[in-house]
Amino acid sequence: MEAATARKIRVVVAKPGLDGHDRGAKIIARALRDAGMEVIYTGLHQTPEQIAETVIQEDADAVGLSILSGAHMTLVPRVVELLKAQGVDDVLVTVGGTIPADDIPELKELGVAAVFTPGSGTDEIVDFIRSGAEERHEREEA
Amino acid sequence: MATEPRQKPLEEREAERTTMSGHPIAPLYGPELAPADPEESIGRPGEYPFTRGPYESMHRGKLWTMRQFAGFGTVEETNKRFHYLLDHGQTGLSTAFDMPTLMGYDSDHERSLGEVGREGVAVDSLDDMEQLFDGIPLGGVTTSMTINAPAAILLAYYVLVGEQQGVPADKLGGTIQTDILKEYIAQKEWCFPIEPAMRLVTDMIEWCTENMPRWHPVSISGYHIREAGSTAQQELAFTLKDGFTYVERALERGLDIDDFAPRLSFFFNAHIDFFEEIAKYRAARRIWAREMRDTYGAKREESMRLRFHAQTAGVSLTAQQPLNNVVRTSLEALAAVLGGTQSLHTNSFDEALALPTEEAVRVALRTQQIIGFESGAPNTPDPLGGSWFVEKLTDEMEAAAYDYFARIDELGGMVEAIRRNFPQREIADAAFTYQREVDERSRIVVGVNDFVQEDEQPTPILRIDPSLERKQTDRLAATRACRDATTVESALAELKRAAATDANLMPPIIAAARARTTEGEMISALQEVFGTYTESPVF
Repeated sequence: MEAATARKIRVVVAKPGLDGHDRGAKIIARALRDAGMEVIYTGLHQTPEQIAETVIQEDADAVGLSILSGAHMTLVPRVVELLKAQGVDDVLVTVGGTIPADDIPELKELGVAAVFTPGSGTDEIVDFIRSGAEERHEREEA
Repeated sequence: MATEPRQKPLEEREAERTTMSGHPIAPLYGPELAPADPEESIGRPGEYPFTRGPYESMHRGKLWTMRQFAGFGTVEETNKRFHYLLDHGQTGLSTAFDMPTLMGYDSDHERSLGEVGREGVAVDSLDDMEQLFDGIPLGGVTTSMTINAPAAILLAYYVLVGEQQGVPADKLGGTIQTDILKEYIAQKEWCFPIEPAMRLVTDMIEWCTENMPRWHPVSISGYHIREAGSTAQQELAFTLKDGFTYVERALERGLDIDDFAPRLSFFFNAHIDFFEEIAKYRAARRIWAREMRDTYGAKREESMRLRFHAQTAGVSLTAQQPLNNVVRTSLEALAAVLGGTQSLHTNSFDEALALPTEEAVRVALRTQQIIGFESGAPNTPDPLGGSWFVEKLTDEMEAAAYDYFARIDELGGMVEAIRRNFPQREIADAAFTYQREVDERSRIVVGVNDFVQEDEQPTPILRIDPSLERKQTDRLAATRACRDATTVESALAELKRAAATDANLMPPIIAAARARTTEGEMISALQEVFGTYTESPVF
């Protein structure tokens, strides 16, 4: 796919729930923007409903959920459920934050494509989102 | 795995050496830097400008308070953890509340779903507070409470628990964080717009000055600013500037500086760049003393003494090879001790991913005890005073802070600077720079981007039992069922009425608390008068 004709990747970076730890989400948002993607940062204190609505309205290829409050096993499934219910189940869903290893398999079973825990490199995350989104574009254009 | 040599050639290493905040470090600091008059420029501990410490004997006379931040689940679990920590030798209490409590939501609010008891203890009403301190005489221990936007409510609960125990408010000792400016800047836990939130802070300072002479109504904090990604210089500058802003508001209220300033306290981060942290604390004391005396007209020495609590840096902890965190916490704790802290929390090695287990928090507490009783660090005040390096770094930290003060003043002061996203943007830029350094491996984090272990087994961590949420909502339902609904209703009406005037809100909050009005009900009522807050984030 040539860079000149490739459409821009659109990513929503979201903070679900009451969690106010936004350092990582902001770094990822900026890194994705620097990598040439269109980034919509939702800001803090988003309900799952608000996040799903933003993903749909913004026609996002990917949504990154950042959560460090321990409430991820309630909030992440809810976002995924809402996206599916509204027929948007091919959006790449990634999760970042303080996610214990034991919770990762269940999140993946729900449809989360990747979970980035503390110590993950920025480039790794950007590359993952880029290739997932490009695959989605290819599927859509096929 | 490393593909290039870890040690670059000598010339390159010398050319680029900085603190973790990017502050340049010279290849050598020597006697050419010694001041002409050290008594004047460095001073003595316990004497203005207190660079060497607020007290003459410092830890030699009295060790810092060992005060571990604790809280999870319901008040029953946290009360048990409080007793565990006291039994193991901690000397002060520190309370962590859950996200709903921090944000002003009751446990049964729809926004609280999945969040109850996860990041701290759930407290909805006075009933909860009573049980939180069950078996703990409030007249015999000092308690810190980390809560900001709803602080007045939690203080009311604490005062009423004291009252029930027969301890009058004027005998209660402790601290409530209350520092709302740093919420808008960094910790992001708010309920109201800036001005009504500031009014509440001044109400608390005023009320505590009159009624709670042993209490710190505000803990002016840099910890969270640093955790959000700021440099040490930004942490220092933004914290002190927030402090000056509270002082100004209290003076505008008509309070006498020498009445309230002695009860202002601070809370700094203890990060991993050892000498930079020590210089930061020393600069903080010197700046605060000078400004309090020369800018704000303080006459009493007590008004000029900056006293602080420190917490080792949460962001320095790694999920990889968690035992390494014991080492990080130890170095950070030692920096705080050598920097003259009055109170200290040490993080547990398992906290990169969860709240601490009992075993991990015990090791963290033992770290303080080993520093206190084995290392000799407390034996003389400010042992690094006079070090050519540390004194130079202290001076440079001070100069960097004044640069930031000038920039903030140019913007119209801290409140205006926050509205314009100035500190937030500085923090986001510093955080991004740091992450780039880690990604590029120009900054090494052991176990993360070098000295990596490929086959690590996950460490057992604390899991919050999801059924605790139901337990808490049941408790809340019982509170609502047992109280007098009419009294609550009129208490809330009175609170709203008072909020729309410039009356001090502590008395109506205490009255409402006594009637078992919940935190969420009080916050909602106040939001009807004050409004709410949404940030316009920058990244």
